[in-house]
Amino acid sequence: MQKNSTMTSAAVPVKDSKKPVFASVKHEKKKRQLGLHLLFMVLCILFIVPFLLVLSISFSNERDIIMTGYSFIPKHFDLAAYQYVFQNPQSVLNAYKVTAFNTVVATALSVFIMSMVAYPLSKKRLKGRVAINFFIFFTMLFNGGMVPTYIVITQYLHLDNKIWVYILPYLVNAWHIFLLRSFFSTLPEEIFESALMDGASEFRIFLSFVLPLSKPGLATVTLFCALERWNDWMTSMLYVSKENLITLQYMLQRILINIQFLQEHSNNAAAAKLASEIPSETVRMALAVVAAGPMLLVFPFFQKYFVKGLTIGAVKG
Amino acid sequence: MKTAKLSKGGAAHRRLRILHNTNHLQLYLMCVIPLGLFFVFSYLPMFGIVIAFKDYRFDKGIFGSEWVGFKNFEFFIKSNDFLRLVRNTLGMNSIFIVTGLIASITVALLLNEVRKRVFVKVYQTVLIVPYFLSWVVVGYMVYAFLNPEYGFINSVLRRMGGEAVSWYTEARYWPFILTLASVWKRVGMDSVIYFAALTAIDQTYYEAARIDGANKWQCMWHITLPGIRPVAITLTILAIGNIFRADFGLFYQVTRDVGSLYSTTDVMDTYVYRVMRSLGDMSLSSAAGLLQSMVGLVMVLLTNLAVRKIEPDSAIF
Repeated sequence: MQKNSTMTSAAVPVKDSKKPVFASVKHEKKKRQLGLHLLFMVLCILFIVPFLLVLSISFSNERDIIMTGYSFIPKHFDLAAYQYVFQNPQSVLNAYKVTAFNTVVATALSVFIMSMVAYPLSKKRLKGRVAINFFIFFTMLFNGGMVPTYIVITQYLHLDNKIWVYILPYLVNAWHIFLLRSFFSTLPEEIFESALMDGASEFRIFLSFVLPLSKPGLATVTLFCALERWNDWMTSMLYVSKENLITLQYMLQRILINIQFLQEHSNNAAAAKLASEIPSETVRMALAVVAAGPMLLVFPFFQKYFVKGLTIGAVKG
Repeated sequence: MKTAKLSKGGAAHRRLRILHNTNHLQLYLMCVIPLGLFFVFSYLPMFGIVIAFKDYRFDKGIFGSEWVGFKNFEFFIKSNDFLRLVRNTLGMNSIFIVTGLIASITVALLLNEVRKRVFVKVYQTVLIVPYFLSWVVVGYMVYAFLNPEYGFINSVLRRMGGEAVSWYTEARYWPFILTLASVWKRVGMDSVIYFAALTAIDQTYYEAARIDGANKWQCMWHITLPGIRPVAITLTILAIGNIFRADFGLFYQVTRDVGSLYSTTDVMDTYVYRVMRSLGDMSLSSAAGLLQSMVGLVMVLLTNLAVRKIEPDSAIF
């Protein structure tokens, strides 16, 4: 209907014969396209507005905000909030380090380990494939829940307050494994056969054929893992009490509540003094920008991989 | 193809078959680590659900704690919280499913009308960005709008001579706010999945329909919507299967876990966490969690069964 221009040659004569008769149709279509673009622009602006508000607050003057509240355009452009953040960089830097470490290590290990099981599962000839599949699939249907998991991790594995708590429990994920399996099963079996004949082991084939040939699939799963790990706050909240071992997102969460805490108790003289020293309204938003901004500029570039993963996931279930 | 290639040398074929048999061991070995991780982090906690039938105490451990039968479940179901939790969890999730479905299909259909591919890309990218945010950061954004003192919405209300609303104590606004946040975060990605399904529809259908004199709405009703039906069904089953599991981040971070909002924002997941953390009642919490998991399992099985009857191709298993 709207794709005349990109359509096959069969459509061309139809279009041409219509042209003189429906001269106004083209005009009508142009108008509709314009309306459509207008609609999307409004929608896009509505989607960006929250980002703009946070940015604007972070660049505002604290006194302006106390006088007139948050607004989309700073009355006086002010970098005080960022100065404060960068003059006290210790906790932010530390949280960045923890988050970066666990994102990189957990993602790399996780994708490799999940591929190791996804590859055998992609082979139809593997005996016991159904059982292994079910063993993995069942974890999607049912889980022990928060408390039993908490008890296993803290009382038996003693992972609390250790960096490994960000990595080990998240290494395998049923959905990601099935995604990888569906990528691997598209590889033609013939490629491996000559290698098998030459006596290469399955692991060798996995390393030197399967992984290199599945780069787009691996990229997709890598990005999902990385996004999940980067945005993790729950693990810190449940298992970590050491200040120097919390993730960026959890630090943000704490700050949103913590500064609030100071303000709510401002009848206490000492707390009030402390609260008034920090330009708290602007600093909070500046922290959000510093913490969330960089990755937010990175992930959208890999949009197509996310889309591919989700599309395959939705079609294959 | 395989047999054609190998038909010349029966010996080579036999060798390959032997290899395929012996390689099983190698393939199984590759599964050991990933399956072991599933065992430790998914299956061990499943055994831990016995806590729900005990009066768990940390000093006595899982095995040493006293059996209490169904007392924890009884207490939970009879408590004042139970009905509220069920209503909020099912209610809010139902709202999310319906609004999400309508919003994402509408956006996909509109995107499909945009003729210039460049614009489609730009709009998609903007709409997808919220998907990459953590709920913590979304919490900051919502706070920027709703902060009772300085928030943007209250500033506008005051400027227009209206009265400021104390958003974080008025529970009745929150079903609406949470729905908005949920749609905002998800609609971009979801609509891309539908958009992918739309572009996969064979264009010759439209040509044929146009030659037969079908108008735009007829094309939409008889070609476009049936084309995205399988994806819509799959995504909706997944959502209905998870209807008793709430998005913890949304309900915990965006509401900032404010107690005065619980009447509309407290869901199973936030309750399970709160009982474990604030009350420290491990057994009650795991009873609630187990109940949730069981209902979840039944929901998935039932919806899948229903779909298998109505539309076998869309069933997940």
